[in-house]
Amino acid sequence: MKARAFSYFRATTIDQALDAHARAGDDARFIAGGQSLVPALSLRLQAPRLLIDITHIDELRGVRREGGHLRIGALTRHCEMLSEPLIAEFAPLLAAAAPFVAHPAIRNRGTFGGSVALADPASEFPAMTLALDAEIEIAGPSGRRRIKADDFFIDLFETALQPGELITAIHIPLFKADQRFAFDELARRRGDYALVGCGIMATLTGRRIDDVRISFFSVGNTPTRVKGAEATLIGSGLDAERIAAAQGALEGDLAPPESDEVPPAMRLHLARVLLGRLLGRLGEDA
Amino acid sequence: MNGLGETLLDEADETVRVRLIVNGRKVNCEVAPRDTLVDCLRDKLELTGTHAGCEMGACGACLVQLDGRAVHSCLVFAVQADGARIDTIEGLSERGVIADLQAEFHRRNALQCGFCTPGMLVNAQELLSRVAQPSREEIRDALSGNYCRCTGYEAIVDAIDAVAKERSKARNAGGGGA
Repeated sequence: MKARAFSYFRATTIDQALDAHARAGDDARFIAGGQSLVPALSLRLQAPRLLIDITHIDELRGVRREGGHLRIGALTRHCEMLSEPLIAEFAPLLAAAAPFVAHPAIRNRGTFGGSVALADPASEFPAMTLALDAEIEIAGPSGRRRIKADDFFIDLFETALQPGELITAIHIPLFKADQRFAFDELARRRGDYALVGCGIMATLTGRRIDDVRISFFSVGNTPTRVKGAEATLIGSGLDAERIAAAQGALEGDLAPPESDEVPPAMRLHLARVLLGRLLGRLGEDA
Repeated sequence: MNGLGETLLDEADETVRVRLIVNGRKVNCEVAPRDTLVDCLRDKLELTGTHAGCEMGACGACLVQLDGRAVHSCLVFAVQADGARIDTIEGLSERGVIADLQAEFHRRNALQCGFCTPGMLVNAQELLSRVAQPSREEIRDALSGNYCRCTGYEAIVDAIDAVAKERSKARNAGGGGA
């Protein structure tokens, strides 16, 4: 199918993009990599009057250190997560997740900011912003603001982004020497949406966990931190008994939706299996 | 102030001119904003080697190189590509840079109907340009977004694997490769 007719405007500054959105009476969509938006337009799930191309806005580009954070420009492409040395050094969880995002040709074009803005509950990167305690930097009609990833994801494809707002960058606390990370997902075929996926960021003293953030995707309407499981792990070592306790806590943390393909009990089981594997790996590294 | 005309929203049905460098040649194209790059290539420029399959980024038949990276031309509107360099299967064939891949696909029956082959070749070329000697697992992973409904993939992986080894051998021998 083909998209419904729309007008197209290529913005070169954030102000131009915001202004165009306002002029279209908010019947507009920003387009960056377009790897989810173009199919949605082609299937006519969406039909805005105006498409505002933001890929030529320099301010949205680049990865750089800013104090204790890594500022990752919204236009950073998925493939750059695999090639950018600053990501490998200071946000290695993103580099670990990147090979699991769709297929190579999609990664050549899809953007980090676009993935987070879409907030697909089955996507890797939105969930990783939760594990990383990231902050989302936003520009909109009422100015600039920053919001914690914890407060950003509201419901199915619904975020704290207001009409006319766009993500300009994502800030990640720099990876530290006493931190460990783990990522994996279970999928029927490589590149398919995961049946369940998980990323973990932990701060350790020896084998004792001082702090941990565990985020799942493909488990419900939004990417989901499992705070019950996190609580069972903090202050304890990564022994088999403690890992089993964390796995047990998932039942209270997750409420997978009804689905013919993957019943809730199966998804919960897979989440337990995955968490066990990842915590096991963290323990081996410690 | 921002270069936006009052007519911003009146142009949905009007065509706009895009400038592309397709297979090394500068071209101008009149397209509607909603025309995808694959439709522009096939219908306006008559480059029908790029195939339109699923038109939603799942099958990989429409892969082209955009500024040197393999992308789905069904997931790019032609207007987005204004100013970009596009290389299609026709250009890669004429330049001879995939002649060894084409020969190996032919020799090993890595195609039957041929519908997926242009996308397979574009993808394989990019893989081998980035990873000198990929493992079979890496080849399979790279091809995970390319559907083939005829061959069962084994011969395709064999062909790419063989070319990777040949090119490495040529490089190591100081031949410079393909």
